[in-house]
Amino acid sequence: MTTHDNPPPPSQELPAAGAATMATRPSAPSPQRSGERAATAPGAPRDSDVAAPASAWRLGLRTFTENHLATVGLVILVLLVLFSFVGPLLYHTNQVASSLISQNLPPSGSHLLGTSPEGRDELGRLMLGGQSTIEVGLGVGVLATLFGLVYGALSGFVGGVLDAVMMRVVDALLSIPYLFFVVLLAALARPNLLLVIVVLSAASWLSTARLVRGETLSLRTRDYVTASQGFGSRAHQVIARHITPNLLGVVVVNGTLKVADAILAFASIAYLGLGPPPPATNWGELLSAGINNLFDGYWWQLWPAGLLIVLTVLAVNVIGDGLSDVAEIRLQKR
Amino acid sequence: MTGFVVRRFGQAVVVMIIVSMVIFGILHVLPGGLVRAQLGPRATAYAVRQLTVQEGLNKPIVVQYGIWAWHALQGRLGFSYKLNESVGALLSQYLPRDLLLVGTSLLLAIAIAVPLGLWQGYRRNRPDDHALSALMLVFYSMPTFLLGVILIVVLNIWVDVLPSTATNFGTGLGTDFRVLALPVFALCLGNVSYFSRYMRSSTVDNLLSDHVRTALAKGASPRRLLLRHVLRNSLTSTVTLIGLTLPYVLSGSLIIEALFNFPGMGLLFWNAAQDRDFPVLLGVVLVVTVATVVGNLLADLGYAALDPRIRYK
Repeated sequence: MTTHDNPPPPSQELPAAGAATMATRPSAPSPQRSGERAATAPGAPRDSDVAAPASAWRLGLRTFTENHLATVGLVILVLLVLFSFVGPLLYHTNQVASSLISQNLPPSGSHLLGTSPEGRDELGRLMLGGQSTIEVGLGVGVLATLFGLVYGALSGFVGGVLDAVMMRVVDALLSIPYLFFVVLLAALARPNLLLVIVVLSAASWLSTARLVRGETLSLRTRDYVTASQGFGSRAHQVIARHITPNLLGVVVVNGTLKVADAILAFASIAYLGLGPPPPATNWGELLSAGINNLFDGYWWQLWPAGLLIVLTVLAVNVIGDGLSDVAEIRLQKR
Repeated sequence: MTGFVVRRFGQAVVVMIIVSMVIFGILHVLPGGLVRAQLGPRATAYAVRQLTVQEGLNKPIVVQYGIWAWHALQGRLGFSYKLNESVGALLSQYLPRDLLLVGTSLLLAIAIAVPLGLWQGYRRNRPDDHALSALMLVFYSMPTFLLGVILIVVLNIWVDVLPSTATNFGTGLGTDFRVLALPVFALCLGNVSYFSRYMRSSTVDNLLSDHVRTALAKGASPRRLLLRHVLRNSLTSTVTLIGLTLPYVLSGSLIIEALFNFPGMGLLFWNAAQDRDFPVLLGVVLVVTVATVVGNLLADLGYAALDPRIRYK
């Protein structure tokens, strides 16, 4: 549990973006505020309660915003989501019919960012592509994290033969290079958006499972877990009430990075021609179309899509860094 | 050390067995099975039956796995009906070119990333460190093929110094090593961003450690401090990283080979994926997985050899 209204820790040791060097941080003593404890009903098993009071959120938010890069990343991500999902409501284009007479037109008043090789409006196409790209990123982040969480927690908590078998399976699947695995699965199945999410998740839950299992191994020996088991809790109850809440920080950070990886991988399989077929689109596919016309100088088909992918992945990565700052502080105060 | 090597080797074998089962399993969840995948949906019942018997697909699944695994151990990975050549023969043509591409780009990446990371760690939180970190983060957040495209645009279209495709490289139709340059750079830059991040944080850790402070107190020059006390320790963990990044490098080569039309295993794999040529797909996956497992094994052994503490854990 976090204690609530402590002052934020000194921020001079906040690492630069991208560096995960936490070795320099002194671990602060964790004062238990007995006065505050008394506010909750005595005797009731409130220790497992994750519904942290608002001030814990505020502390987290403050830590997050202290990382300026992460804040900028969050703003950029929000803008990109607005661009993709609200944009089409303001900027109407026909994204279904292709048009022979308006192929590869340069930017003009009627087509702000020119047209695609099929004669569709490129800006509208980028908005549409953004929707599926962001959906895949978030979908994989959530799905892979949930599955990896359950798998890893189960493996680590039960231990013994089951753990050994479950982890060898993870080792084995992890040694298949990610993109080869994904392309193999994508070649097996006819691609649609949901399937792409499933395929990418199938390849990305593995590292989460390994991470969660490692954390669970150390959590399961804690006194409160033993106590809970002594009161007769079953394995699934302990995992849900005592293990998972403590894993939250690590898992959320890891899940954020999964979103970034998934967007990159989606772009790659779309580039390889294994994404959902047109008229559906995504940034990877648009970029790929731009690459096909690379030597014709149709810059509007290439750079905007590339820029959007890089911006999104960059934003998600720095948000992940910001969240890991928050998670560190929660760990420190435990 | 012997005990460690034996134990670690045993783990690698177990992992390989599980992978082979997974790959064999995938072969059998194909819609309509291997036979339909090869003959197509309009094949006659007679043809289907014939190929089923010929491939031994009417035998019990355990026997089939045994036969398949035995053949795979001997390097017999099946036959590509699309390319009309055995998968083994295809791999022996494509694999050496990959070793060249992946090997060169890895060496180059290390040669750039190690000094870069060391410098960044030494100049921690100064403007040049921030600038380099930001640049590396951009590379890190970029799809590999976009990196390749940027290189093509700059070094081929704007300044015409390097060829933009590597078609026919090493196929006997003229071996111009200049065509290797762009694929190698593109593959290398992504890795530089990854390695240098790691090297930087490892350098920072080492700079703050006691032995470095002692050396500093005894009057070691910055140069001696970095080269003698920091670099050696940081390299230990970076060596391990090289083995562990092999799957990412191979994944990257898949994209880069598709972009530059470089006739390596990645291109073979990509073409097979588009043709749904499953014997080739599975053969390539098996090879890259073996490469990864061996890479991990070597990384662990190398780490244990360099750092005695690992052995006694």
